[in-house]
Amino acid sequence: MNLFNIPSNELLQHLINGLTLGAIYSLIALGYTMVYGILKFINFAHGEILMAGTYAGYYFYYFLYDPSKGAAYTIGIFIAALVIAMIASAILGVVIEKVAYKPLRKAPRLAPLLSAIGVSIILANLAALFFGTKSKKFEYPFNNSSMDIGGSSITPNQLMILAVGLIMMAGLKLFVDRTRLGKAMRATSQNQPVAALMGINVNLIISLTFAIGSALAAVAGVLIALEYKVYPTMGTMAGLKAFIAAVVGGIGNISGAMLGGIILGLLETFGVVILGIPQGLKDTIAFSVLILILLLRPSGILMKNIREKV
Amino acid sequence: MLNFILLIFIYIGIYAIAAMGLNLIVGYTGLLSLCQAGFLAIGAYTTAVLMTTFHMGFWESMIISGFIASLFGILIGIPTLRLKGDYLAIATLGFGEIVRNVILNWDSVTKGPMGINGIPGPSIFGTTLSSMDKPAWIVIIWIFVAATYYFIRRIIRSRVGRALEAIREDEIAASSMGINTAKYKIGAFTTGAFLAGIAGSLFAAFNQSVAPLTFDFMMSIMILCMAVLGGLGNSFATIVGAVIIVLASELPRLMGISHIIPPQLNQILFGLILVLMMIYRPQGIIGRIKLNYAKIVKEEISDLEK
Repeated sequence: MNLFNIPSNELLQHLINGLTLGAIYSLIALGYTMVYGILKFINFAHGEILMAGTYAGYYFYYFLYDPSKGAAYTIGIFIAALVIAMIASAILGVVIEKVAYKPLRKAPRLAPLLSAIGVSIILANLAALFFGTKSKKFEYPFNNSSMDIGGSSITPNQLMILAVGLIMMAGLKLFVDRTRLGKAMRATSQNQPVAALMGINVNLIISLTFAIGSALAAVAGVLIALEYKVYPTMGTMAGLKAFIAAVVGGIGNISGAMLGGIILGLLETFGVVILGIPQGLKDTIAFSVLILILLLRPSGILMKNIREKV
Repeated sequence: MLNFILLIFIYIGIYAIAAMGLNLIVGYTGLLSLCQAGFLAIGAYTTAVLMTTFHMGFWESMIISGFIASLFGILIGIPTLRLKGDYLAIATLGFGEIVRNVILNWDSVTKGPMGINGIPGPSIFGTTLSSMDKPAWIVIIWIFVAATYYFIRRIIRSRVGRALEAIREDEIAASSMGINTAKYKIGAFTTGAFLAGIAGSLFAAFNQSVAPLTFDFMMSIMILCMAVLGGLGNSFATIVGAVIIVLASELPRLMGISHIIPPQLNQILFGLILVLMMIYRPQGIIGRIKLNYAKIVKEEISDLEK
């Protein structure tokens, strides 16, 4: 295969890089799409929830960090830090929903959106105030020297991102499709009043949705932090891109978010290589994709076109 | 001290023009736009380039800046305005970032991160104004504020204004009443962009320099806060909002305590304004002036009887 004169080993390399990036976008996009599915609004603060969780994981990790205790210990506390990040983000997500979104459930559409923007600004600046604007390095808990696969290299961190992403997404899919709570979640997203009449505790389901979406974002946050450090605005761009991924797949659709993330990750990686788009304008790719998708297929790749009811 | 107060009123005026433009989009038409800073940047840079590279006068540059900004308003509006408000918010946010990215990277025209310096002041009655002539600037800028206020008032009290408010209240109902919603939405968006372009042009000419980092996302948020705080859908309230927000951001400097107060507090304040206003007083501190149709009808009838 000799597409666009790129040697096949390089092609594989870009494929690996694109898939890794895509897995991250997918994990974050799930939070947007789940919240949108149930509340029909974009949780602008999602990226900042990711950032907050990552800081929690970071401080926990370095609180217990002790290189003299060996590799197994380091990996152990890293996994614990991942869990702490998830819990912190989940709590924050639920609290934000209760404080800033719940009072606005019956308000005009613009209100929760503006409130969410407000929350995201508050969180990013509080983080800058308390943790400083300087980015912090999150060291790899393992030896991250790359391995050679068919002439292209893959790092253990990339492998971990792909594996964790796959496990999380499969787990979520099973949860939503196969469990009672998942069924309640789907019912709530289809019709809230009727779901409530069927004995579903709608408020609990909304909280659960925020908790799960936020926890997945925290996982993504820690995984990105290993590559790109921890800083107060780390969630903003990642959040925006993930939102675009959710739109590409069809917002409100869980499989769509996964697919959209992967597509966006691949497009960004290959866009730079094949189209020769300069790195400085890399972010423009995602926004152009968004505008194109909105023009051509506004309900996303996987979504059926549903007319709005009056 | 007096100088500083004059400066604040110049900035209040410039932001008020942009905020009234945004208010037309967000408050009257109900579309959330997050790229007002992007349009300001386009206006400011157009003026800067026209006046330095092409040695054009300020007034014609300003008009061109307004039209170029509104051209971009149409460009971003056509694909996104057919869709729901949430998408528009993200697309406009992305557009604002693209504008900043392009300005930063397009060195040959915008001089990249350095910005453009040495923009000549506007000439009026044969004299050229510099940034030092603050009283004259206040008069000029507040004339524009008044003109903008009057312009928007005329729009709102016309058939167009009623169409915009109908779209805000219920888009589907509006379109079934025969309102071409896409046309009016793009129109509102473009007019808002035009006003931001004018504000950006004034900004560039007053400061006599432009730099890309000025026009960041926080500037869009600040302008949004002015509209939200005063009262969405009320131009006068937006001016009040601009006064409050600019005073609040500049107060630490005015009182000489800016070195103690971290810059983040300011932005946290904006965030709090958005959240608290939405929860407790979504109509803003002044609120929305509702047209009293009963009174209008009565007046019409009494006119006819005469």
